[in-house]
Amino acid sequence: MSSTGFAQSASSDAASNATTAEITAFPASDAQRHLRDTRPLRLITCGSVDDGKSTLIGRLLWDTKAVKEDQAVTLRRDSGQQNDLGLPDFALLLDGLQAEREQGITIDVAYRYFSTDKRSFIVADTPGHEQYTRNMATGASTADLAVLLVDARAGLLEQTRRHATIATLMGIRQFVLAINKIDLVGYDQARFDAIAREFRELAVSLGVRQITAIPMSALKGENVVLDGRASMPWYEGPTLVEVLEQATVRSGQTVGFRLPVQRVSRPGESFRGYQGTVAGGSVKPGDSVVILPSGMVANVAKIVTFDLVRNAAVSGDAVTLVLDRQVDISRGDMIVSLEGQPQMGLHFDAQLVALQAEGIQPNKRYWLKSGTRRQRVTVQPVQKLDLQSGKWVAAEALAMNAIGKVHLAFDEQAIFDAYEANRATGAFILIDPDTNNTVAGGMITAKRSSLGGLHQEDARVILSLPADLAEEILASAAFAARREEVDIRRVTAAKAAALLGDLDG
Amino acid sequence: MQGTAHDILPAERPTKAPLDPHLKALENEAIHIFREVAAEFERPVMLYSVGKDSSVLLHLARKAFFPGRVPFPLLHVNTGWKFSEMIAFRDEMVRRYDLDLVEHINPRGAAENITPFTHGSSFYTDVMKTEALRHALDAGKYDAAFGGARRDEEASRAKERIYSFRTPDHRWDPRNQRPELWNIYNGMIRKGESVRAFPLSNWTEVDIWRYIQAEEIPIVPLYFAKKRPFVERDGMMILAEDPRLELKAGEERQEDVIRFRTLGCFPLTGAIRSTASTLDEIIAELETATVSERQGRAIDRDQSGSMEKKKREGYF
Repeated sequence: MSSTGFAQSASSDAASNATTAEITAFPASDAQRHLRDTRPLRLITCGSVDDGKSTLIGRLLWDTKAVKEDQAVTLRRDSGQQNDLGLPDFALLLDGLQAEREQGITIDVAYRYFSTDKRSFIVADTPGHEQYTRNMATGASTADLAVLLVDARAGLLEQTRRHATIATLMGIRQFVLAINKIDLVGYDQARFDAIAREFRELAVSLGVRQITAIPMSALKGENVVLDGRASMPWYEGPTLVEVLEQATVRSGQTVGFRLPVQRVSRPGESFRGYQGTVAGGSVKPGDSVVILPSGMVANVAKIVTFDLVRNAAVSGDAVTLVLDRQVDISRGDMIVSLEGQPQMGLHFDAQLVALQAEGIQPNKRYWLKSGTRRQRVTVQPVQKLDLQSGKWVAAEALAMNAIGKVHLAFDEQAIFDAYEANRATGAFILIDPDTNNTVAGGMITAKRSSLGGLHQEDARVILSLPADLAEEILASAAFAARREEVDIRRVTAAKAAALLGDLDG
Repeated sequence: MQGTAHDILPAERPTKAPLDPHLKALENEAIHIFREVAAEFERPVMLYSVGKDSSVLLHLARKAFFPGRVPFPLLHVNTGWKFSEMIAFRDEMVRRYDLDLVEHINPRGAAENITPFTHGSSFYTDVMKTEALRHALDAGKYDAAFGGARRDEEASRAKERIYSFRTPDHRWDPRNQRPELWNIYNGMIRKGESVRAFPLSNWTEVDIWRYIQAEEIPIVPLYFAKKRPFVERDGMMILAEDPRLELKAGEERQEDVIRFRTLGCFPLTGAIRSTASTLDEIIAELETATVSERQGRAIDRDQSGSMEKKKREGYF
């Protein structure tokens, strides 16, 4: 039986032969749809030095010729040694700061650039140590895809679950599991299959559907950029770079038009334009728009850019909008479509990552910046995530690196989409007014109504489902967003019948 | 009042082929950063070194604020030792695009006769570039300075933020940078503090050249290969056009087809042997290049980690 990386809806084979990592690579239709998309793919690499992360990134840069000779010479001079393959010490190439070289650790997020003839890539390189959750959250915030690295000898670790959880929380829905050092387990297919299977179960429980597992030796360059068929004839799946070339760049989710206003351009009496980057949807001249928070309505007269007056603007475009009438608009306002407006209110629920030593204090007033809007907010921590168990536990304050659920209370109207629906209008940072430092990155989950929240927290339904159906529900986006509210036990059909019988009795 | 703009917007612009989506994404990001800084800071300034990255930066600034003027001055920290073609080009840009230019030359250079010939490149750079920049920023009371630095240029830049916070004495603390998530930038500072903002952070050298080509951005002619006089010194080819260059014993004036990959002070910037005289040829050369662009820079070669040291002290 041949085994390949798998990148399919996890539900399709969840109930089938559990010993086979079945493959459909990326669906051809997807690949075609994105063939012409040359926008850079942003990815994050997660794993520790022991897993060979520096070697992997170094290998990517080296084999795509992003490292130049003079840099390699500097490396050789500084390290005074080469590895067995005559390559420079990649860790030295990556650990750019002197302080780090001295300590031999990576202490922050670094960005690397490489490209193939199909696409260019931006890698957020973050350290794997537990205390650096903040760095991973930072790197993951802009990433379209996460590469999780494991040592084939060690298999999945606590840390793998932690990284997968944080990446999912930050909105990443495409994963590559790089099962590295496969040469050190004798290119054992069974070992690869076992780790891939275990990871798939973890990913499904997180609601991630797009997973590719790849057996590789970063040191030897097998299945990174070049294929490793000579050593692993049993693996017919893509190399890491092939997966990256076909991955999807996320942008402009399917909510209505959003333009957070950055500045008002008034070069002369006759021109007034609203400048900003389209954060969702699209717009064309003649469209009716609403200005939030005022609620005033106007029509788009022109879309102005340096190059030409355009007949449409889509998500990601930096534009200047001219409206057909005089309305009072200033920085921080949002121009949106009539249909599918964002949520506006004084109370929201959110998840956040505490980034600084002082943590997040209950009832302290912070600055919140989202898009171009900055306003005062009070933060009430409710729960924090126990990364060991994956469960949420009650919390009144959040220490550095904690991931928490909070209530946000504003003095003035706030404007958001749920992060799940739109990353650009659902994300925010908190700034401590005492230090001006960025102390948290957050994601809006829902607007709170004044009547005690969206969900009635007491109501519960117990279902007994066939395992395959349950897997399908677990893998849905709707489920992923509220996974922590669910209790799951795997039992036999007989046991379930007995339990439900007890409830009725 | 109606928002018509016939008197400001040109009626027609020649239509170009649409930008490649990759370059378009980089352009959008840079414009977003320009507008964000201009909106959040009181006294922004753009550092203008006259090089190719500065040329791209200037082009993006013009795009970001169109149809308005670029709403901040350009600051050129001159050492007095730049290539003369750079100065001519700079003045032409200022005239053509109606820009406000602030030039600063550290008076210590003339007063103490600090030159690249009489002092080591490290001390010279310290005084004529790093110290000069600090003085110029203080004199203008600028609270934000745009720069054209890219993260792919040099190892210590890889961790640079897009908004890079500086203390009142312009120091950079790489261990204590503000986290930067999504495209939400924290521009809150106290009086005297400042940020350096880098709209080109995510661009690579090839991106810069492809964009220059796609957008037809003017650049200093020294980037294009031509027969030029030079002398070999310390393993570098130094342009021999400026009368202040004195030949040392054993050196001789040569001539060959050469060009420059980066531009700075002429005595410290090495040329490369190249026949690339068009953008197509430069890009083709770059794609097969096996050395990095900073290889011709004396200041990076003093010691490993030297860029980080300079940055901590306030160098760009």
